[in-house]
Amino acid sequence: MKPPPFRYVRPAGLEETLATLADHGDDAKVLAGGCSLVPLLNMRLARPEVLVDVNRVEGLTAVGETGGTVTTGAMVRQSALERSPLLRRALPLAAASAPYIGHYVTRNRGTLGGSIAHADARGELPLALLTLRGSVVAQSVRGPRRIAAADLFVDHFTSALQPDELLTELQWPAAGADWGYGFAEMAQRHGDFALAMVACALRRGDGVVAEARLGLGAVADRPLLATEAAAALVGENLDGAGNAQVAEAGRRAAAAADPLDDLHASASYRRHLVALLAERVIREAWQDAAAPTGGSRP
Amino acid sequence: MSPLTEIAVVINGRQYHEAVPDRLLLSDLLRHRLGLTGTHVGCEHGVCGSCTVHLDGAAVRSCLLLAVQADGSEVATVEGLAVGDRLHRLQAAFREHFALQCGFCTPGILMAAADFLAHNPTPTRGEIAGMLSGHLCRCTGYAPIVDAIAAAAEPERS
Repeated sequence: MKPPPFRYVRPAGLEETLATLADHGDDAKVLAGGCSLVPLLNMRLARPEVLVDVNRVEGLTAVGETGGTVTTGAMVRQSALERSPLLRRALPLAAASAPYIGHYVTRNRGTLGGSIAHADARGELPLALLTLRGSVVAQSVRGPRRIAAADLFVDHFTSALQPDELLTELQWPAAGADWGYGFAEMAQRHGDFALAMVACALRRGDGVVAEARLGLGAVADRPLLATEAAAALVGENLDGAGNAQVAEAGRRAAAAADPLDDLHASASYRRHLVALLAERVIREAWQDAAAPTGGSRP
Repeated sequence: MSPLTEIAVVINGRQYHEAVPDRLLLSDLLRHRLGLTGTHVGCEHGVCGSCTVHLDGAAVRSCLLLAVQADGSEVATVEGLAVGDRLHRLQAAFREHFALQCGFCTPGILMAAADFLAHNPTPTRGEIAGMLSGHLCRCTGYAPIVDAIAAAAEPERS
């Protein structure tokens, strides 16, 4: 339970970081908050030759909002989603997912960019970024490139990032008027890895759903958008406890999930959870969108 | 033999200079090298919470940090909570409410709770339980621990 030997480098600037990654490629690993990588090192599941600690790289902790887009530096800590008034107002979906990310103490250290780059299909932030149709900026000595969340998550713990690339910034569409959001997750104990999680973003216009997105986490090899489930909501008024369209969207979401059987839960139980959680977050988002200024926003 | 790096770190107000291998965990520096045995080393992969300390004012898991990462920083361990003979109000509340039995999880919970109350001075019992989900206690039981943290928060309510 001690890390294997490695060479530790702590660049102060982006240029030096990118040069180091270009030199070492697959043999280097980027160390951000360490909440996922350090356990892997301690258990010897990861054995990088070079560990590139980006905690002191300047310029990776900025938070801003311009023209309907919220930008968060990759090294912004997850606890900022609970504490930053700007992020709570402009990113209510990500803020709603925050209490489910790891634990209180790990959110002090874990980063937004680290969670996205780790690409765990059970991660809350990958699901939030995908559901909001956000994107990331990756930089390398070859230059910067923007990757849409829809193209970023490839497989279990596998993203479209290249070994010489550093994820430097996350770009999130800011919460709009008439939009509502909901997030729900089921785990065996609070803070455990999720058995299933669902996120919803929908826009209300003329008393019906004008636009809807439903994201599923922990039930496939990557976070998924359940587009057919979301389509069941468009043009509908979702009032009423036993609303048939909400139930239909739940059924379609369960059908879109591709969960595994494992010792924590069977695939059919996870599908059952997806339907229940989907109905819950759709109702939440519908009510949130109806609130005068968006219910979760001050 | 991995190379040694010189680090300077202030722990509980005292300056330390240490030459450490890159792969030494902060938890092992504190407990095994410096003898600050209040920091308990449990799971060594960030699950149990018993090694929680403060790094530059924020509660962190010291088994998820390398000692070299603390270079130039300030660390506070459970040894720094009391002032002389005067217990921190969390420690006093834990004693009052029988919130520890074997004591293995206690230092980590105290350090996490100190950070938690600084950000949320009037937590609900549910919020306290949510925070405690990151700390494994296998003998005391969580009910008295929640009681103690709620009681320690009381002065903040008035």
